[in-house]
Amino acid sequence: MTDMKARVAEVVERHRRDASRLLQILIGVQDALGYLPADSLSEIARLLAVPRARVEGVAGFYSFLHTAPVGRYRILFSDNITDRMLGAPALMDSLCSKLWVERGKLSEDGLVSVDTTSCTGMCDQGPAMLVNGWPVTRLDHRRVNEIAELVRRQVPMESWPVAFFAVEDNVQRSDALLNAAQPHGDALLAAIRMGAQAWLNEVRSANLRGRGGAGFTTAVKWQACRDAPGEDKVVVCNADEGEPGTFKDRVLLTSHAEKVIEGMTLCAWAVGARQGFIYLRGEYRYLLPQLEGALARRRTAGLLGQAILGEQGFDFDIEIHLGAGAYVCGEETALLESLEGKRGTPRIRPPFPVTQGYLGRPTVVNNVETLAKTVLIARQGGETFAAMGTQQSTGTKLLSVSGDCARPGIYEYPFGVTVSQVLEDCGASDTQAVQVGGASGIMLSGYEFHRRIAFEDVPTAGAFMVFDSSRDAFEVAHNFVDFFAHESCGFCTPCRVGTNLLKGYMDKLASGHGAKPDLADIEWVVRLLRNASHCGLGSAAPNPVNDSLVKFRPSYERRLESLDFEPAFDLDAALARARAITGRDDDAAHLDLHQETSR
Amino acid sequence: MSKQFLFDGQPVAFEDGQTILQAARAAGHYIPHLCWHPDFPPHGSCKLCIVKVAGRHVSSCAMPVKEGMEVESNTPEINAERRALLQMLFVEGNHFCPSCEKSGNCQLQALAYELEMTSTRFNHFFPVRPVDASHRDVLLDFNRCIFCELCVRASRDKDGKSVFALTERGIHKHLVVNAQSGRLADTDFSADDVAANICPVGVILHKRVGFAVPIGSRQYDEHPISQVAMAGAREKVSK
Repeated sequence: MTDMKARVAEVVERHRRDASRLLQILIGVQDALGYLPADSLSEIARLLAVPRARVEGVAGFYSFLHTAPVGRYRILFSDNITDRMLGAPALMDSLCSKLWVERGKLSEDGLVSVDTTSCTGMCDQGPAMLVNGWPVTRLDHRRVNEIAELVRRQVPMESWPVAFFAVEDNVQRSDALLNAAQPHGDALLAAIRMGAQAWLNEVRSANLRGRGGAGFTTAVKWQACRDAPGEDKVVVCNADEGEPGTFKDRVLLTSHAEKVIEGMTLCAWAVGARQGFIYLRGEYRYLLPQLEGALARRRTAGLLGQAILGEQGFDFDIEIHLGAGAYVCGEETALLESLEGKRGTPRIRPPFPVTQGYLGRPTVVNNVETLAKTVLIARQGGETFAAMGTQQSTGTKLLSVSGDCARPGIYEYPFGVTVSQVLEDCGASDTQAVQVGGASGIMLSGYEFHRRIAFEDVPTAGAFMVFDSSRDAFEVAHNFVDFFAHESCGFCTPCRVGTNLLKGYMDKLASGHGAKPDLADIEWVVRLLRNASHCGLGSAAPNPVNDSLVKFRPSYERRLESLDFEPAFDLDAALARARAITGRDDDAAHLDLHQETSR
Repeated sequence: MSKQFLFDGQPVAFEDGQTILQAARAAGHYIPHLCWHPDFPPHGSCKLCIVKVAGRHVSSCAMPVKEGMEVESNTPEINAERRALLQMLFVEGNHFCPSCEKSGNCQLQALAYELEMTSTRFNHFFPVRPVDASHRDVLLDFNRCIFCELCVRASRDKDGKSVFALTERGIHKHLVVNAQSGRLADTDFSADDVAANICPVGVILHKRVGFAVPIGSRQYDEHPISQVAMAGAREKVSK
């Protein structure tokens, strides 16, 4: 008890008793105690002088925070459709049976738990899992057997084979950004020589647009922040790459971190910010030490800190905050809430972050790739940058290619590349559909493969998942529906309830009990989600269902029990509890509806 | 000359800084709402107040009104969507109006009548939500919670107590009270708190006064919610 208090106090002190760092404190306390016991939440609340209910509210929001014991080994299988296609469900069943543990439950000896988690961003080297937060890639039965053995023998993770944790960049096609030399202040020096406003004008002439998916013009965002009243501006790098099927930011943060950090500093120079944050998704926590190392090196080199590159008054530094398993925090205002140590609920807009962002201060939130791209603009000038790509979508785009293809990995293309070109390059054949932009993106069918990757045609945050003719569009959509139901923050009615209604309909269809009116109900819920949701998560949540229903309707219709009659509920399933109570499962304890009605 | 916008085709004057809902309300036009309350900043979670502006749906409680804006509110399209949002709220909780003490004083029930909701359409979720009867004067029946957060906001911003908060997320989101035991009795909550008297549905109920006014003679039994709400708005203006 007192030991718990001492450890909580140590973490809280390390964070200067600052309640706006509550999420980081909870992560730290969990690291120290294994989970977050009720007493520890009370102690955190006491030390921070905030209501306990608030602490409990934040602790309950994030998937990677646990208020109940979770075992010495917490194993989470990545549950993206690409992991499933590579055999993840069978591997998980196998691991569960080898460890004598039920999915989602702690083993009786308190040693291990096995469950699923949303896409961990390893789609090109899946199936993947997280063990106590560490990614293990390229799972197969042999590897799963070895893991079962290591867990049973209680081998500490430090002694597991290093090969398990290998994460590859898998760069298959590189262009302007990936080929560029790492910056060591040269881009920054060029921008400083131009002067802040002239530098911002250069970004404007480059017509750089946000790479996180929305495609907002970067210079407009920067200018609005620069012009906003207030001296204490903030730059935030959105490294919460949670969109299923996207992993290009992981590669940038692994092998091009200098570009990202220099990009943040370039942004700070343009808008006049002194403080910067990298909001790193919890799944990428394994990158933290090397990112901290990169920041430290730049401080030593005078590229971060006071009077950067000798420019008096140009003071800027960066701190890394961790996420903890909440896709919604990729939405910029939810990210800001999370950064302030709160539940990741999207804010009402206006006001926009450029005028009132982190702690009410003018804030630029940019995607990892967007920031890295600014290095190229500083080096070559805006016009050279704009010469690549299309007129409305300048420069290059990193695509995260996964699924049914010979060469999954990272592909950097000038904007405007056709879908069929990408398919050819990655070695995809017999392709039925491509999901561009992740779960919230667009499902393209064969007749659309001539379309181009660009903001004006097929916009994307980078995901490119390939499905060949052996796949079932319904199953793809079902996976994404489950994902959104799990990740909805629950703030607004349509998203909280609508994503779960969709899940219910898809489950019903999957179990073979659907009827035609269900499809009409699905379309109605799709419309409500689109129209009435509070943020982009809710309005994009029905996209996969809508696209697959429009383009691959037969995959739904063959699951219908009937095209006209709707069984209100499954009579036989309703008897399941009675069967369990009486311990019967013989034929006479089952109701065969078809027989009943045909008699 | 004052600025104007069009509300369902009718010109309505407004002042800078007003939201669509505020301006419409001041001019005597009712927009359905549940999480919005005149004494609090907009929250924007229930989405009952959605309206259409230039082809886009917006929350009228949060959207500042602009000169010349054309707002569609009382249309078959928008009302059908509002009705569906109500149906969503009904099926995600456990709302049994005939046995509920709040019947006739409940805004969710009253809006369902107002918007002619005749069935719940969707499958019920039947969540398990235990009640908290620990407090001497107040009962918490979480089965009816619609997550408007009015109690959360009132306790924090008016009472200065922060008795309530939300935890977990998505469909598992739920209210918690400010005590490690999870019992309302172990908080400093009082029946006189603003938060104790603000629930638009039947979560926060005062003990020992049940059915003091018989069902059938209650607020929304007598007048539809659109009239009751606008009477409140007029009182406010005349003050």
